[in-house]
Amino acid sequence: MTGTTASPLDRPLGGGPAGPDEASDAGPASGAFHAPVRLVARGLELAYDQRTVVHGVDLAVPPGRVTVIVGANGCGKSTLLRGLGRLLTPAAGRVELDGRDLRSVRPREVAAVLGLLPQQPLAPEGITVADLVGRGRHPHQGAFRRWSAADSDAVAEALALTDTHELAARRVEELSGGQRQRVWVAMMLAQDPRIMLLDEPTTYLDIAHQVDVLDLLAELNEQRGTTVVMVLHELNLAARYADHLVVMHEGRLLCEGSPADVLDADCVERAFGLRAQVVPDPITGSPMVVPVGRRAAARAARPAIHPGERSEVRVADRA
Amino acid sequence: MALVVLLLLVAVVALASLAWGARDVAPGQVWRALVDPVAGDNDHLVVRDLRVPRTLIGLAAGAALGAAGALMQGVTRNPIADPGLLGINAGASLAVVAAIAGLGVASTAAYLPFAFGGAAVAALVVYGAASLGWEGVTPVKLALVGAAFTATATSVITVVLLTDRRTLDEYRFWQVGSLANRPLDVLTTVLPFVLVGLALALAAGRVLNALALGDDVARGLGQDVTRGRLLVVTAVVLLCGSAVSLVGPIAFVGLVVPHVARAVVGPDYRWIVVLSTVLGPVVLLLADVVGRLVARPGEVEAGLVVAVIGAPVLVALVRRSQAVAA
Repeated sequence: MTGTTASPLDRPLGGGPAGPDEASDAGPASGAFHAPVRLVARGLELAYDQRTVVHGVDLAVPPGRVTVIVGANGCGKSTLLRGLGRLLTPAAGRVELDGRDLRSVRPREVAAVLGLLPQQPLAPEGITVADLVGRGRHPHQGAFRRWSAADSDAVAEALALTDTHELAARRVEELSGGQRQRVWVAMMLAQDPRIMLLDEPTTYLDIAHQVDVLDLLAELNEQRGTTVVMVLHELNLAARYADHLVVMHEGRLLCEGSPADVLDADCVERAFGLRAQVVPDPITGSPMVVPVGRRAAARAARPAIHPGERSEVRVADRA
Repeated sequence: MALVVLLLLVAVVALASLAWGARDVAPGQVWRALVDPVAGDNDHLVVRDLRVPRTLIGLAAGAALGAAGALMQGVTRNPIADPGLLGINAGASLAVVAAIAGLGVASTAAYLPFAFGGAAVAALVVYGAASLGWEGVTPVKLALVGAAFTATATSVITVVLLTDRRTLDEYRFWQVGSLANRPLDVLTTVLPFVLVGLALALAAGRVLNALALGDDVARGLGQDVTRGRLLVVTAVVLLCGSAVSLVGPIAFVGLVVPHVARAVVGPDYRWIVVLSTVLGPVVLLLADVVGRLVARPGEVEAGLVVAVIGAPVLVALVRRSQAVAA
């Protein structure tokens, strides 16, 4: 339960026209273009127990753009995202939201600006899509402030933006993986954030649904000016959707910049220990990583399987 | 709507609890005993001195158990959690056994401070131990430490009871859980704790709704997870401590009632808590009345009746929810 009294810190973040309190009263007006917020990590060090995972990272998230963090398994990219989203308290350094240390801002005030989608959120058994999306209104409600028209509007708009309004009455557990991920994004939108942090939003989705979710996030970024920061595994999708690519290696930033500047064969080799060729993506021209691998040459030399052999196998199966 | 029906049910069950018992008292006599009692009339005496306190205690304990069960299942995200999971019932039992064996205490009213104290100490120890480590309190740690505490306390109780026949005789009647022979001043002592606990429980509904999405999402929604858990556990301690002091360690009400509530209102904890608070007294009083009627002129303790009725209900609910999920 966060307090209901105004603290000295309780002033609109950034001083822009759309302070969090105004936003919470009015809900997201249709097509509202939010003033972006600045999220900056300074000398950020993050640790689990005694083990330091992220070492002294300085990162300024470009406001109103899409930032994608990539790197090998265990390089600390998810940890960095958790630190940016104040799920982890810094062991050293700090994270600033519009110049204020995240730790000094009330949790509910942060939540009105910054939305967060972890890798595996839990959907309570039997919950409907509309109810789940409605829970995104949590930071805008208090113990004595009940459901309001602004809440209903925010939920309706979140469902419309993610194209899930037809699912509103369905139970979340009945949905496909792609639909479910859209619903979680809708929940975050109902929160009406100006910056969204997502940890591998495409995990467990097939390629079509991966592209679908990333297109959705790109559209939200373009239409509403919402800053997006996400961790992705798939380098080629990362290169295609990122305005700003951050490559991590062993808890440190290896390099950052536009994908075209940053993602080359040398970078891939240093970050992943993998030899690769980087060629232009035939659709967008963004860099596309083609791994070499140990067996590539040998496998290419192997003879193709002839149609005759395949049918013999089928005949043998039937016998 | 469901709430109105349930409140009517509470009234019906409370009336049944006043009207039926080992002694046959005509409905007209029950009414007169309440509004215009005659001194020296045995029927009136039974209603006013035995059945009224019993009914009031059942209402309070039932509400406490129902609400506490809903809170425990919410805060641990575990549908089979019950108020006993925090080690609260075990702590209360251990303190009562110690009081009987060590201090020779031998009445329900005299058990009260021990039961409440034992419950509170158990909850503090379990919560404290579960919060060790860098990640703080997690539902899994809470459940594990609670189970370990319960196992330890139970074995100590068993050792005492095996070696001390007199304590066993005293303890086993308390331990079964019953609404009978509780003087009304027990209730007046405990009632403030119940009321504060219920107020906290109602405020905790939206906290539980956030926690149900996982700790990370809850934090993302601006919920202070540690403070939220502390609020819920404080309410559970007040409610369970009160209930165990009033009627002994009755476990099943807190387990079954939230499931019934969830089947009626869905996964919104603001409603689950409200409904469980109203449904708890219905179940507990119903069990008590049934216990009085099935073995006249003797009676079966409410704690036993609840388990006998509750088990099939729980199995039916679980089967139903699986059918829906499949």
